[in-house]
Amino acid sequence: MSAITMPVREHEVSPGLWALAWRRLRADKVGMVSLAAAAFFFLMMVASAAGLIAKDWAKEIGANYAPPTWFKDDVAPAGAAPGAPEVKAQDDPGVAAAHGGDTKAEESSVVDPLADVLKEVRSEAAKAAPTETAARLDTLPLGADKWGRDVLKKVIKGSETSIFVGLASAVVAVFLGTLLGAVAGFYGKWVDDFLNWFYNIFTSIPYLLLILAIAAVLNKKGMMTIILILGLTGWTGTFRLIRGEYLKHKQREYVRAADAIGASNTRRMFVHIFPNVSHVVLVQLSILVVAFIKSEVILSFLGFGVPVDVVSWGSMLNEAQSEMILGKWWQLAAAGTTMAILVTAFSLFTDALRDALDPKLK
Amino acid sequence: MMAYIVRRVWQMIPTLLGVILLVFVIFNMVGGDPAYVLAGKISNQEQIDNIRKQLGVDQPFYVQLGIFVKQVVTGDFGASWSTNERISSILGTRLGPSLMVLVPLLIIETLLAIAFALAVAYVRGSLTDRAVMIVCTAGMSVSILVYIIVFQYWLAYKLGWFPVQGWGNNFFENLFVYASLPILIGLVVSIAPNLRLYRTFILDEINQDYVRTARAKGLSDNRIMWTHVLRNASIPIITHVMAGLPGLLIGAFLIERFFSIPGIGREVILAVERSDFPVVKAITIYVAVATMIVNLLADLMYKAVDPRVQLK
Repeated sequence: MSAITMPVREHEVSPGLWALAWRRLRADKVGMVSLAAAAFFFLMMVASAAGLIAKDWAKEIGANYAPPTWFKDDVAPAGAAPGAPEVKAQDDPGVAAAHGGDTKAEESSVVDPLADVLKEVRSEAAKAAPTETAARLDTLPLGADKWGRDVLKKVIKGSETSIFVGLASAVVAVFLGTLLGAVAGFYGKWVDDFLNWFYNIFTSIPYLLLILAIAAVLNKKGMMTIILILGLTGWTGTFRLIRGEYLKHKQREYVRAADAIGASNTRRMFVHIFPNVSHVVLVQLSILVVAFIKSEVILSFLGFGVPVDVVSWGSMLNEAQSEMILGKWWQLAAAGTTMAILVTAFSLFTDALRDALDPKLK
Repeated sequence: MMAYIVRRVWQMIPTLLGVILLVFVIFNMVGGDPAYVLAGKISNQEQIDNIRKQLGVDQPFYVQLGIFVKQVVTGDFGASWSTNERISSILGTRLGPSLMVLVPLLIIETLLAIAFALAVAYVRGSLTDRAVMIVCTAGMSVSILVYIIVFQYWLAYKLGWFPVQGWGNNFFENLFVYASLPILIGLVVSIAPNLRLYRTFILDEINQDYVRTARAKGLSDNRIMWTHVLRNASIPIITHVMAGLPGLLIGAFLIERFFSIPGIGREVILAVERSDFPVVKAITIYVAVATMIVNLLADLMYKAVDPRVQLK
């Protein structure tokens, strides 16, 4: 066995982990297509955040509930003037209560913390409305919402919010999980016991319940709040995996060799071991992005997420819920489809990434 | 066996203490003085002072923590801040409707997902297999909100097959009239991911040597799949089902909210909307305890399914 003679080729560097992974990923057609789709969404987010597109999403350019262009022959526009009957019906609590809003009646006894903000938003909208009455469009590419805002622009702006929240909170969660997992796995003993106790606490409370409890207490809406809530509660899965990896790696020869030449604990943890487990981190990151986008949508839908003047997929679906009863399905379709495309693309990309980084799997 | 259970219950105590501490930190330290929250909903200053005294807000933190631990141990979390209803009676009345949706949902969903997964795994690699997987992947990517909104609008509101929302007093009426659409939506949402997962569990088993042996003995395919493969694949399946159990109680909150089902999940949302902290606290503690018990049950079930498992 030891007598095997390998032809020694000098000056030839074997490709590293990332180069090999990239090569395998490039060969994966589904992976590349989904990567392109995810990259497209990411670029759209950047462009929208930079104000290049969908900057004026809040402008009421269309008629109330203007139908999508390709659909306009089937439905007459819902009334070009602002304050058309549909809008009144929409605001009537009776109609809303008949549909999804079972909380409506019960809420009336409680002070609505958003009443002032909403009033302000509406009065601003009312101020802006008269000047634009003349130029309202009967139809828009993806239709218009209750106030005549372009659904296409809202979807782009909503994507920006939802994807940004998903990415940022995934970064927070993965950072926390990696740091704690590395410390627990590397030091072992009481540090490991303590962090495992911490892990057990966080996993014995269902994730969504924990999020809602924190949302109840903070009672402050904002992108930062929701990113922190999701990030601070979502680290457990990453912690478990990274801890296992560190337990395995700290016994390996290369780490013991580093120890022998006097590398400090921190150096061994983050310079020697971390690059060897970073593929786990990357896969976790992309899994969590999808999970957090879904959580953000649900939180914003329930009204615990983004503030009222920010649009996200969740708040669009919330509006769509009461629009459905009037048969105005385009906002639901737009937000639902966009989210489905991104989630599918990102999940497929995650699978491809995992296969590319870990060829032993499968 | 008994010694194992006793030891496991004993080990729950530090975790439970941690949960109590976490909930305490969230509500008493991050949340601050409840007087600010209560000021908006209770006009009577005397009542607010009373609640503050009950919580011991003016006392040092360890006294407040002691009060909370006592609440957990005695199971008496006081009364709701919004409705003044006893929390024990809130939870007692909300559990029934939640279980009436969740128990049938869990049973039907697990059986269907296992049956489909076995069928799909049996024809692995075929066009059917790939088509089912694509449909599942696409189905999973659509938000649960979209399913609920569309199903409620289309099946209940437009076609009138089901009541749009509501809850009755009669057991059978609830189960067969009001709970049926929520269960249907739950099935649609949960079968796709579970089917995919169970399929991989089964595929892990299907290439094992014992399957080939069974086939060589001349057993029928049905017997191989349902008896030999399923028994071995059931260990990860049990883990998955049990792990999702406590979350299910909360996870159904969207369905309960949309359909006005007076269950635990809807109660959580209402309590969060009204800043009704005692209710949220109590539910969090109870669900955490339930999670720990379910984990223990899962380990005991492994033993029942797989005699090789040693409980230690």
